[in-house]
Amino acid sequence: MALHSMPNLIRPIVILSCSVALSGLIACSKPGNQPPAKAQGKSVDQATAGAISGHVVFEGSAPPPTPIKMAVDPACLTGGTPNPVSDAVLVGKAGELQNAFVYVKDGLDPSYSFDTPTTPVTLAQKGCLYSPRIFGVQVGQPIDIVNDDATAHNVHGLAKTNQEFNRMEPMQGFRMVHTFTAPEVMVRFKCDVHNWMAAYVGVLPHPFFAVSKADGTFEIKGLPPGTYTVEAWHEKFGTREQKVTIGEKQTQAVSFTFTPAAS
Amino acid sequence: VSAQAASAAGASMLWLHRYAKVLACATLLLVAAGGMVTSTSAGLSVPDWPTTYGYPMFSFPLHQMVGGIFYEHGHRLIASTVGFLTIGLVVFLWMAEPRRWVRWLGVLALAAVVIQGVLGGLTVLFFLPPAISIAHAGLAQLFFCLTVSIALVTSPGWRNPALRPVDDGRLRRTVVILVSLVYVQILIGATMRHLGAGLAIPDFPLAFGHLIPPTWTPPIAIHFAHRTVALVVTIFVLVLALRILRSHRDHPELARVAWFLLFAVAMQVTLGAFVVLSGKQPIVNTLHVATGALVFATTVVLTLRAYRVRFA
Repeated sequence: MALHSMPNLIRPIVILSCSVALSGLIACSKPGNQPPAKAQGKSVDQATAGAISGHVVFEGSAPPPTPIKMAVDPACLTGGTPNPVSDAVLVGKAGELQNAFVYVKDGLDPSYSFDTPTTPVTLAQKGCLYSPRIFGVQVGQPIDIVNDDATAHNVHGLAKTNQEFNRMEPMQGFRMVHTFTAPEVMVRFKCDVHNWMAAYVGVLPHPFFAVSKADGTFEIKGLPPGTYTVEAWHEKFGTREQKVTIGEKQTQAVSFTFTPAAS
Repeated sequence: VSAQAASAAGASMLWLHRYAKVLACATLLLVAAGGMVTSTSAGLSVPDWPTTYGYPMFSFPLHQMVGGIFYEHGHRLIASTVGFLTIGLVVFLWMAEPRRWVRWLGVLALAAVVIQGVLGGLTVLFFLPPAISIAHAGLAQLFFCLTVSIALVTSPGWRNPALRPVDDGRLRRTVVILVSLVYVQILIGATMRHLGAGLAIPDFPLAFGHLIPPTWTPPIAIHFAHRTVALVVTIFVLVLALRILRSHRDHPELARVAWFLLFAVAMQVTLGAFVVLSGKQPIVNTLHVATGALVFATTVVLTLRAYRVRFA
């Protein structure tokens, strides 16, 4: 949509909004300008910190990819694959499960506190799909949501603990920065214009989370020694939980197995 | 001169009736468009209101009406058109309609459509809270019936009945119960729809393989209530229609409506079954909403005709 085609009253508002968003982004994109928000409690001693590493697998026959009817908006097909399918379930040949959100659910000493990163995590809308589909942020960390498509998107955050929101990004280049104020696993992002679009964010008060990669592996570093409940969440297959004990400088291996019957 | 004046008044009334029929048809289209918005989960695809992505209502570029915006903005365009047609109806009524109560019926319709528009806006701005969405769905049906009622009472057949209207007290009592029952059923349906309970019982005609659901949750309860009241309405309609066709078959203004009601209810029950069996296919779902509106409007027409003898 061309900006010059917009009504007279709307044009200055859009220009002003773009300027404000751009200024905000420039400010946020320079990490040197804003140091991370300092934590008040005790910090993790990196000399003794350990890690959890492992992999997520799927056992059984993976559901076939769901076709996406992108033809409802021709702008979505520009540069995209001719027969797009949903990326909700990504299983490798040996059962490696991508896009499982793995995080420390419980067991962390509450006297610890963590700096809030000021560097935004970018959530792109490209080819009428979210990228990344699954990600994590800390409470207070900005999320920069960008419209890379030559079409309109609405950004609908279906938060339950946090405030639900629904904002418009009517044209390519529009962006908004959103910050969650409370922990919530998971918050779904949805575009109601293109109803196949979905992304999920895990909002946590600490940095101990990871998303499984294409080979199913994940790693959570910098954990103080202790016993933790670690949960793996998948948008289609539900959750799996494990107790994990980490000694000083120890890396504990953990694996999670999902099945079609999981809920 | 008086004959000419009477002829002009008659022509005006005829045009008023035609205009009211156009409004009623546009309103049914609006109800269906609203059904498509819910059926495709497009209610929040346009986050702002009363503007659409910052544009005033009629200036949003048509080529940008894609995906969910097509349904949501399309619904808004039809709604705005219906709003303007209703303003036109009120003006027309005050110019041409001699009966005061009919003129005020038009004002009531205008008030209803304004409130309906505001409810539609509020439900978008507050992320579809069920209470507002259900009120929006419930008022839509009342507004539709107001437009149908105005079209009916401005018709030549109503103003100058060919036959002496039926005076049947039992019929009047029965149709009032039926019209109330159908509206309750519509509200239950709207509640089920806006609470996402349309597939809470996934099989049909049984419920989880039983006559009565073996487990109960609020969504199952509201879904089962919709099925139960549907059964009651169907039996009620069968009994009433048979009674009309037996006792008042010489009154086509009742008999024709009774036949149509039988047809509409049969359609509606079939569509209801297919909503479940198709997994809430949007077009089937929407046809169920629109046919529900037709059933309700038909019972309103039947009620008004049963009471025709009480009108001057």
